[in-house]
Amino acid sequence: MYVAAKGGEKAIASAHELLARERRGNPAVPELILEQIEGQLFLAVDRTMGEGSLYDRELASLAIRHACGDLTEAVFLLRAYRTTLPRFGVSLPLDTAKIQLRRRISAIFKDLPGGQVLGPTFDYTHRLLEFETAARRPEARSDLPRNPKSQNPSEACSRAVDFLNAEGLLQEEIAEETAAEPGDLTREPLKFPAGRDVRLQNLARGDEGFLLALAYSTQRGFGKSHPFVGEIRSGLVVVFLEPEEIGFAVEIGEIEVTECQMVNQFTGSATAPPMFTRGYGLTFGKNEKKAMAMALVDRSLQVRELGEAVDSPAQDEEFVLYHSDNVEASGFLQHLKLPHYVDFQAELGLLRGLRAAEEKKREDKEDERAELAGVEPGDRLRGFETAGV
Amino acid sequence: MIRRAILKAVAVPGHQIPFGSREMPLPFGWGTGGIQVTAAVIGPGDVLKVIDQGADDTTNAVSIRRFFAATAGVRTTTRTTEATIIQTRHRIPETPLQEGQILVYQVPIPEPLRFLEAREMETRKMHALADYGIMYVKLYEDITHHGRIATSFNYPVLVHGRYLMSPSPIPKFDNPKMNCLPALQLFGAGREKRIYAVPPYTEVKSLDFEDHPFRAETVAQACAFCGAESSFKDEIIIDNQGNRLFVCSDTDFCRQNRENGQIFLGGK
Repeated sequence: MYVAAKGGEKAIASAHELLARERRGNPAVPELILEQIEGQLFLAVDRTMGEGSLYDRELASLAIRHACGDLTEAVFLLRAYRTTLPRFGVSLPLDTAKIQLRRRISAIFKDLPGGQVLGPTFDYTHRLLEFETAARRPEARSDLPRNPKSQNPSEACSRAVDFLNAEGLLQEEIAEETAAEPGDLTREPLKFPAGRDVRLQNLARGDEGFLLALAYSTQRGFGKSHPFVGEIRSGLVVVFLEPEEIGFAVEIGEIEVTECQMVNQFTGSATAPPMFTRGYGLTFGKNEKKAMAMALVDRSLQVRELGEAVDSPAQDEEFVLYHSDNVEASGFLQHLKLPHYVDFQAELGLLRGLRAAEEKKREDKEDERAELAGVEPGDRLRGFETAGV
Repeated sequence: MIRRAILKAVAVPGHQIPFGSREMPLPFGWGTGGIQVTAAVIGPGDVLKVIDQGADDTTNAVSIRRFFAATAGVRTTTRTTEATIIQTRHRIPETPLQEGQILVYQVPIPEPLRFLEAREMETRKMHALADYGIMYVKLYEDITHHGRIATSFNYPVLVHGRYLMSPSPIPKFDNPKMNCLPALQLFGAGREKRIYAVPPYTEVKSLDFEDHPFRAETVAQACAFCGAESSFKDEIIIDNQGNRLFVCSDTDFCRQNRENGQIFLGGK
């Protein structure tokens, strides 16, 4: 007889064929085009670009469609492509004061220069399913107003935290001057203790759900966090590159980002005076939740710099940074589906051996005890039975 | 960058070298470390064999072999003796490896101390000081609780008398094969971003105590296909009554035996 215990090339090919068919859905319904994903599922696109570390709306849309909407899988597809790209250089730091604002809110000042700009947001909407739109057939519409252009695109809009800064109440952000270039996790492995640059990169690429839960845990008492939203802003910023050969900055494009500056109460430690400390979050596109979570976790990871004690998961740099990457996590988790016959066989052997040894030990002990008590093994059994009556 | 890490790893046997591991077209945990190491050492003249659980025809082995056939255009084989590079997950081939061959292991957790100490900063210190006390305590506790060391795979080894090393999750049955192996052994952990190596003819000692020497498990059953007794077996449940069949986990070894006339004619 033959036992088909191992899979083969045919099985893989058929599985992939099945997947392709499932991905297409009902063939009577038109296939999703990338413009629809890019234009109507833009938050999924933003998240995929952020965790995929690649700003390309079209490719992110392609990845989302290819992954049937599984964003972790889409992130993986994008990363696997990204790693084949050459790196031209490091851009100049983004100047988010010169952002073309779509939205800007501060929870620490009622009003401030530049004003509060609500912009497009789920905030204050009533989460009621709009049943009447469910049956709508796809059609193009020309009667809707186009998105208004943001005002004063060229005018700088100072950040809310800068006002605190001026008073000296806020922790100063000092650029680390040790390294000429910021670290890059996509080229160098994570090393501990990790610098803030690497931590922020890790968080920016990190899984939104993981950061959300960690940030939430600091709010609930696992880590001392008393945060205020200093400011959230999102909009378009210009990216500049300064190639060595020409010696001046060149504009290479525009990207949409969301930035969050959290302000945290801090009563001081042995090494730092009382002040407001801060956490920083930055994401591609519109991703406020992630930017806020990132800022909270960035703050909680500053334990070493601020001389605080590490007593909760979100403050533990190895715990956070090693487990934030969903491409790594989902790959390793899912590798459990791979065959483990060999290890399992070895474990079976061990377990059988251990049980046999234990059994023998117990029997020996019982015999010894029976001998000492002068009882026949049969009597012992009877006694056990009556005990339950 | 990976070749540099490999050279360093060969120069310091058993020591884990961090490297800038990249995303591969396969998921982390599915052999990305092995793939990167293989890709770094493979050349046009090489012949590649890929095994998973000892077998060439397991799905992931098939997938990796196809990947290299497509991207590197190299010749592939299922024969251990023909291969110049063998990428493996969880086994060392039964057929003794020769000088000039390279065995590339896929490694999930490169740090042998990880389940005793979760923190990298701590384990790095332990390696620096060759302070492997916690591992010996763990083995000692096993003996006091169970009368033996309760580790059946991924059994820790000491390389060249210096670095404690994870042999990857091979059954401890395979551990003795690593010692003074004529072939070069390279280990790639993609997700954990570490490479390490055992150069040819290097001492690899499975940890033990004088009064509790290391013992590889013995295999009681002969292979139902080829009759081999000494090889590691897969246990296969063949019907709803739970009847079992034992067959060689190393499919190429099994094939060789059958071709050499050691055919088992019992055929249940």
